[in-house]
Amino acid sequence: MSYKYHQFQVVGRGLPTETEEQPKIYRMKLWATNEVRAKSKFWYYLRKLKKVKKSNGQMLAINEIFEKNPTTIKNYGIWLRYQSRTGYHNMYKEYRDTTLNGAIEQMYTEMASRHRVRHHCIQVIKTATIPAKLCKRESTKQFHNSKIKFPLVFKKVRPPTRKLKTTYKASRPNLFV
Amino acid sequence: MPFKRYVEIGRIALVNYGKDYGKLVVIVDVIDQNRALVDAPDMVRGQINFKRLTLTDIKIDIKRVPNKKTLVAALEAADVKNKWESSSWGRKLIVQKKRASLNDFDRFKIMLAKIKKAGVVRQELAKLKKETTA
Repeated sequence: MSYKYHQFQVVGRGLPTETEEQPKIYRMKLWATNEVRAKSKFWYYLRKLKKVKKSNGQMLAINEIFEKNPTTIKNYGIWLRYQSRTGYHNMYKEYRDTTLNGAIEQMYTEMASRHRVRHHCIQVIKTATIPAKLCKRESTKQFHNSKIKFPLVFKKVRPPTRKLKTTYKASRPNLFV
Repeated sequence: MPFKRYVEIGRIALVNYGKDYGKLVVIVDVIDQNRALVDAPDMVRGQINFKRLTLTDIKIDIKRVPNKKTLVAALEAADVKNKWESSSWGRKLIVQKKRASLNDFDRFKIMLAKIKKAGVVRQELAKLKKETTA
């Protein structure tokens, strides 16, 4: 499964000067589509937190973080801060997914669709894997059932490859599962 | 008409789109409304959208997310392979695959066999016609 957003660990510090020989080193974990964007995002956040810019700072390391267990389902809680048309708001959202990158991608698409918030107006404050007991949202809690059972109500009939797609069909499809 | 095939843990499904087209997979867990975690003896456990699955009548008895060994053992115990290949759906798929893999000589042999079969059928039909008119 290819994900749009990758998680990076970015480490950087201000450049050493005569007054400060060993400046403090800062590490951030953030999501970006590629390494270049990740470095840029790192300086954006660091500028807001400390008195350091890309011009008087240096990047020490950037590594991609991969999911440890992509074959298990986890409940992810994401705390975010976003800018709406009227001001800044905090939000907490829950997602069920196999990987954290997948959950972040779900978050970005959901924020875009539900609140019309674009990617650059969202700041991820914190993410965590939530055990099932502590989930707050009903839409994730309804899948915490070891005997889950539901029918697929509507069968979408489609050709197995896009090459076999035709505009007209000889007969009406049977949509019953 | 009530539903007979449910998405549940242990349901066998056929993949009808994408990279794993034509594979029989087991639903080992449900991620959310649209996706399931599926597993098969010859693939890494992964997520797949329900839109890419067609449910079958076969269901095996497993707990939520079993490890590969337990899964393979459960598939053997329920004899899924034989049940599938003896079901009418499974047989149709085997015939389709065979037909698609024929070479020209095989198609020639089939043509001869069809002509022979049609000849025998026509002889029997002629016999029956004679009996009814006589």
